[in-house]
Amino acid sequence: MDFLVFQVPMLTIQALLDGLLLGILFALIAYGMALQWGVMNIINIAQGDLVILGGYIAYFMYLYGIHPGWGVIVSPIIMYFVGIGIYKLVINKVVDRDLFISILATFGISILFMQLMNFAFGADVVLANSGYGTTMLFDNSVTLPNSKIFSAVVSIVFAVGLVIYMKRSKLGRAIRATAQNARAAKILGVDTEKVYAATFGINAALCGVAGALISITFTIHPYMGLPYTIRSFMIVIVAGLGNLPGVALSGMGLGIFEEFADYILGTEFRIGSVFLLLVLILVYRRFKLSRKREYLK
Amino acid sequence: MRVKNILITFFSALAILFSTSVVSLAKVVGDKIVLGAAISLTGKYSSNGVHTQNGYNMAVDRINSMGGIKVGGKTYKFDIIYYDDESNPKRAAQLAERLISQDGVEFMLGPYSSGLTKAIAPVTEKYGVPMVEANGASRSLFTKGYKYLFAVLAPANLYLDVAIETAVELNGGKGVKIAQAFEQDAFSQDVRLGILDAAERTGSEIVIDDKLPKELNDMAATLAKVKAVKPDVLVVSGHTKGALTAIRQIAEMKVDVPMLAMTHCDAAKLSKQHGKNAQYALCASQWHKTLTYKDDFFKDGMTYAADFEKEFGYDPPYQSAESSAALLVFKDAFERANSFDQKKVRDALADTNMQTFYGNIKFAPGGQNVDKPMVLFQVMCDDSGKCENKVVAPLKWASAELIHPIPKWSER
Repeated sequence: MDFLVFQVPMLTIQALLDGLLLGILFALIAYGMALQWGVMNIINIAQGDLVILGGYIAYFMYLYGIHPGWGVIVSPIIMYFVGIGIYKLVINKVVDRDLFISILATFGISILFMQLMNFAFGADVVLANSGYGTTMLFDNSVTLPNSKIFSAVVSIVFAVGLVIYMKRSKLGRAIRATAQNARAAKILGVDTEKVYAATFGINAALCGVAGALISITFTIHPYMGLPYTIRSFMIVIVAGLGNLPGVALSGMGLGIFEEFADYILGTEFRIGSVFLLLVLILVYRRFKLSRKREYLK
Repeated sequence: MRVKNILITFFSALAILFSTSVVSLAKVVGDKIVLGAAISLTGKYSSNGVHTQNGYNMAVDRINSMGGIKVGGKTYKFDIIYYDDESNPKRAAQLAERLISQDGVEFMLGPYSSGLTKAIAPVTEKYGVPMVEANGASRSLFTKGYKYLFAVLAPANLYLDVAIETAVELNGGKGVKIAQAFEQDAFSQDVRLGILDAAERTGSEIVIDDKLPKELNDMAATLAKVKAVKPDVLVVSGHTKGALTAIRQIAEMKVDVPMLAMTHCDAAKLSKQHGKNAQYALCASQWHKTLTYKDDFFKDGMTYAADFEKEFGYDPPYQSAESSAALLVFKDAFERANSFDQKKVRDALADTNMQTFYGNIKFAPGGQNVDKPMVLFQVMCDDSGKCENKVVAPLKWASAELIHPIPKWSER
């Protein structure tokens, strides 16, 4: 245990801001997961791998001399079609089956993606330099890389844009109707098959945005997807399906939690602490549910 | 059930047929000395696996074209059987078994990485097959009492030793404050042990000691602590990912530290791709092309680098150079043993004392090379932003003077 982070006020501020910016990015990935979980009742284990694939798109733009910042536009467009492709090939066959089958299927997709990316892009860790510079606060003692600020802003723009789209557009309404009751929606003339495909595509597109941002802010590697899946799973569990402000809040909470865990417990427990928190929350939920059940009895 | 039985019989018959027919290919066939190697051609080590293979192939071609190996008055040529171990230790051990018991290989070359070498060493040891390896530096390889394992490279705990010693020397012989972050794998943890030893020897103090999990791609917390604690030296080792993450975030967070020492800079292509961000970083390396060691086959480092570039189209990383050196060592040992008896070749290997373009090679009883110091290079950039690695320590080999302390970000 190391409480340096609380002894130096600047470190506390640094950790809070780092965590917040990171959490907003997590929330974007979790938002995609919540959306397709809610609509299709599928837990997508390949979520993190879609993120990494999106990152490689931005990285290749960078390699060919295009500023990787444009990746946040190009990557989701490509990833949308990748998502539709995955839906048509695999997901539409498991969408009505029980949760276990879809977890297995997406787990398979995840392994396949990892290996394919390793095969196609090589095993090297890569990153895309944005050259965005740094913002200094409090007499240079707190530093915020502009790439992190950029990624938080882009995440917010995409999330808000999607919320508006879901409220206003025809497809958005169809998606929401399908999420509420797929059968009823079908009876009322919604082409649920199309809605499912679009939802999976939108989720993949969000992963694409997040991936591009991660390649600009951190590093990417074919095998680095799983922690992003776990984080978004956990955010969705905490927030609950269909609770958008909840996803945003628990995303930021998780970012800050991770950052402080890193300082206090040590970097080696950073990802471990996320797993631990997930277990604790699941146990707590179960406990609460069982109490409710007793009360109902 | 019956079909299954028939299938099993059929395949075992096939396997027996195959294995007996291959055994005749063993070790020395006609004028060929057949060496075996399991290499990571796919999977997470594939890029360094390919560097290793290129290094081996380069040396095989060179030795064969320059007269081969003379044993018992006859001239032989090298040949290598490669298998892809998929970067997987279990697979590597299986393949070593297969090379030895099915292909009848009697001499082995090492795989890429400490982890895979660790998996293979018990197998070669069991069969008494001499193995010269060039890419397993973990200290634990050399403390197990292996008799048939020889490594042409310096062990991992010596990687960044030199950096701490240089820092102490520049501090007027007084101990320094060290901040360190290491990935949790065999190699990086050995590098860490080396730093702990060096710290104790020089009376230095370790102020931050972070361990990086392998999924991590964010070091912001460690670096923020570094900014607050202000150590004299920051040491980072976590393969390519550690090097890249550190360089990116140090630049973005404007972390000022007088000395930054790392491993895997050339694998991460720091000087080429990350130029100014990586400037002044000190990097441990087994080899650098400007070192002036010499041998008859490759002449010296510069010639080796030029020939390698001509053949494979890129500047050789040290992983390739050390792999080439492994074959020079084998050739030398065969000629001195003047026999293909495994025991005699093993003893000849143990007596090795030679200079190659890669460095001097002399094995300690544990099998590690004790005659070749690590070198440190520093990433240096000119005004046009072009960056290069220049050797700065040990002084004997230095091609440029160490820039210390690193200028502050605000002054760059």
